[in-house]
Amino acid sequence: MTPGVAAQPTLDGPRAPVAATAPLVLVAGNPNSGKSTLFNALSGATARVSNYPGTTVSRMSATARLEADGVVELVDLPGTYSLSARSQDEQVAVEAVLGLSSRRPDAVLVVADATALGRSLYFACEIVETGVPVVIALSMMDEARAQGLTVDVPRLRESLGVEVVPVVARHGAGLAQLRGALMRAIRAPGGRRNQQAPLPADLEAVVASLSAHLSPVWPALTPDGRRAFALWLLLSLDDEPLPGGVRGIPAAITREVARVRRDASTAGRDLDHDIITGRYARIDAIVGRAVSAGPADRRSWTGRIDAVLTHKVGGIVVFVTVMLGLFQALFTWSEPAIGFIESQVAAAQDVVLSSMPPGPLRELLTGGVIAGVGNVIVFVPQIALLFLFIGVMEDLGYLARVAFVIDRVMGRVGLHGKSFVPMLSGFSCAIPAIMATRTLDNRTDRMLTMLVLPLMSCSARLPIYLLVIATVFSSTPPVLGILSAGAVALFAMYFLSVVAALAAAAVLRRTVLRGPRPTLMLELPPYRLPVPRVLLRNTWHQVRSFLVDAGTIILALTIVMWALLSYPRHPAVEPAGARPGALAAASEEAPADALAGRDRGAQLRYSLAGRFGRLLEPTLEPLGFDWRIGVGIFGAFAAREVFVSTMGMVFDLGDTDERSEPLRDALKSATRRDGSPLMTPLTGIALMVFFVLACQCMSTLAVVRRETGSWGWPAFMFAYQTMLAYGAALIVYQGGRALGWS
Amino acid sequence: MPDRRTSLDQLPLGIPAIVRRVRSTRAIARRLMELGLVPGTSVTVTRIAPLGDPLELRVRNYALSIRRSEALSIEVDETRA
Repeated sequence: MTPGVAAQPTLDGPRAPVAATAPLVLVAGNPNSGKSTLFNALSGATARVSNYPGTTVSRMSATARLEADGVVELVDLPGTYSLSARSQDEQVAVEAVLGLSSRRPDAVLVVADATALGRSLYFACEIVETGVPVVIALSMMDEARAQGLTVDVPRLRESLGVEVVPVVARHGAGLAQLRGALMRAIRAPGGRRNQQAPLPADLEAVVASLSAHLSPVWPALTPDGRRAFALWLLLSLDDEPLPGGVRGIPAAITREVARVRRDASTAGRDLDHDIITGRYARIDAIVGRAVSAGPADRRSWTGRIDAVLTHKVGGIVVFVTVMLGLFQALFTWSEPAIGFIESQVAAAQDVVLSSMPPGPLRELLTGGVIAGVGNVIVFVPQIALLFLFIGVMEDLGYLARVAFVIDRVMGRVGLHGKSFVPMLSGFSCAIPAIMATRTLDNRTDRMLTMLVLPLMSCSARLPIYLLVIATVFSSTPPVLGILSAGAVALFAMYFLSVVAALAAAAVLRRTVLRGPRPTLMLELPPYRLPVPRVLLRNTWHQVRSFLVDAGTIILALTIVMWALLSYPRHPAVEPAGARPGALAAASEEAPADALAGRDRGAQLRYSLAGRFGRLLEPTLEPLGFDWRIGVGIFGAFAAREVFVSTMGMVFDLGDTDERSEPLRDALKSATRRDGSPLMTPLTGIALMVFFVLACQCMSTLAVVRRETGSWGWPAFMFAYQTMLAYGAALIVYQGGRALGWS
Repeated sequence: MPDRRTSLDQLPLGIPAIVRRVRSTRAIARRLMELGLVPGTSVTVTRIAPLGDPLELRVRNYALSIRRSEALSIEVDETRA
């Protein structure tokens, strides 16, 4: 057992002393441009992940030695097609390039895809315009050659006025020249002005007048930086700023931009159109001079593969097959690792139990700390598997095709094609699935996916369904003579979870996440082979960020849950000798003897959780639940499957799982105060419906907190899901009773 | 023979066209133009997703997928080679 999560270094880490003074080099580029491969090749093993200050956008940085005496700090910018901001999160790129949020970069390395040079240069030109020294790495040169494209690099260098270095990052070709070019750019004397895309004279005057307003607010901007920032404001600021839009711009500047835009539109001028087409006109001229097309070496593989993978029939067959594979991997392949982690946690608890005298400290260690560390680590296999799978699909280029194939369905309810894989992963576990929403670039799309995904019926709900079905449907005759009632009920719960998730998406898109019309603008990159080194490193970064950021919260919540279930102390009960805590439920241990079971039951009823369950009873009665189920629901907040072991404790049975006959029998014979049976089929269905919809999972909330950077979203998620669960269970139970069912 | 003016969602598969203008909400028009769909650019619809939406375009030598609702807002002139 490792000493625990607390021993992990923080993400911002102790920086190498050299980093504080080392020149800062930003690495920018379009998605799929080969940027992460190049970043990896330049940075070696030193990369760290953190967030941009004040945002939830993750930021990769590394200390890299470019020359013997040339150590630089490399920072990866988010992969975008443009600097102009669609959301707060995308604003980090322009702030970093202009040095508004941190120190000004000494150079920017722009990775440009040689096969889509025009689009790549649009982004490159935006950065060149800011006046910062730029080096362009021309990636995918091998693919460009295969397509018959010849790039005249010296001519490109001359027309752009910046250094251009062709590279093939996965083979390391061109890296030495790139390092040299970066060092020259950093050491070049300042004050040089980069070449600008010329604008019509009247537009240039508009930009100049806006630039003049910027100097008092941002005195650090260079003249080029001011002009670029003025253009950026004209393109990015909306006349009616939306919540979550561009931030940190003084109202006076916003008003001035709005005035300039109004004047322009009165004069019949579309500023967006003029600025963007102005840039493209210059780029088209440059590309026209530097790139010549010849005959392609071979027919494009991508076209041939796509003819199958996005075919009307073949595309859907492959899609279903790959998604089933993902499903299978998450469920089956993670199973041995999870079992191993659980047994190690149990072993660690046993070591503490046998080596320490009984007492509150021992219980804190076993039921709080060790169980909590286990609650964190137990997610690692699924997170690692999911990110490996997604990484392979993304690097291959298939992830974009998944979105292409399924977007029609997702778009209906306001979701994005890329929401599909995270939602599907939600059937396994919401924790890795929520992290997988990082593949969505647009913040609103991502938030929406994150908020509805916990409605997907995860594997932790299965033990609850199985226990309830075994309790209430064991003697029900088969439906239509062939289908067991339990199987029908189980299928209905999964169906309900999908319907609820899609409906919630449709509602939230029209209410809480109302905003600009949702769109899909998705590059379908050529099929490429993944680079295993990059893949493994990215997976590790995801796992580590989960352990450090979400893990600490989950650990803390586990200790709080343990305290609520263990305190105050029942005066007549000896501290329990058996292994308490969330993970005890999963261990395959012989049932504790009846006396210990009774003691633990008495302690549980006496604890804050037990009292809370009784306090909640009046609100749970309309759903057909009593206080015992209330305590179970409360305990299930640690993790849903804990419902089963908590019910075992409530019924004085000690350790139980969903297959325990004594627990089923106890539930079957349990009665309400008036003597009527507690677990009728109707109560059972209401209880399952409650668990389909309720956000009974503190780890989900911890991960949402980590991904959104605030407690507001997890609080909202918990509130809406709980209300939905309560309302639906109420309708099921009261409706069923009104129809005369029991 | 004059070029036929249409919107991108009406363009037959594999027939190149020239973008005339993008008329959509500001955010969408801006993003489409930044991705290279500026007036004068050649564009082809190369594929339709298996479920009928979205479309796959070939523009500036890369593949871009957009929904019909956006393609509707892109006015093009069909070119006949």
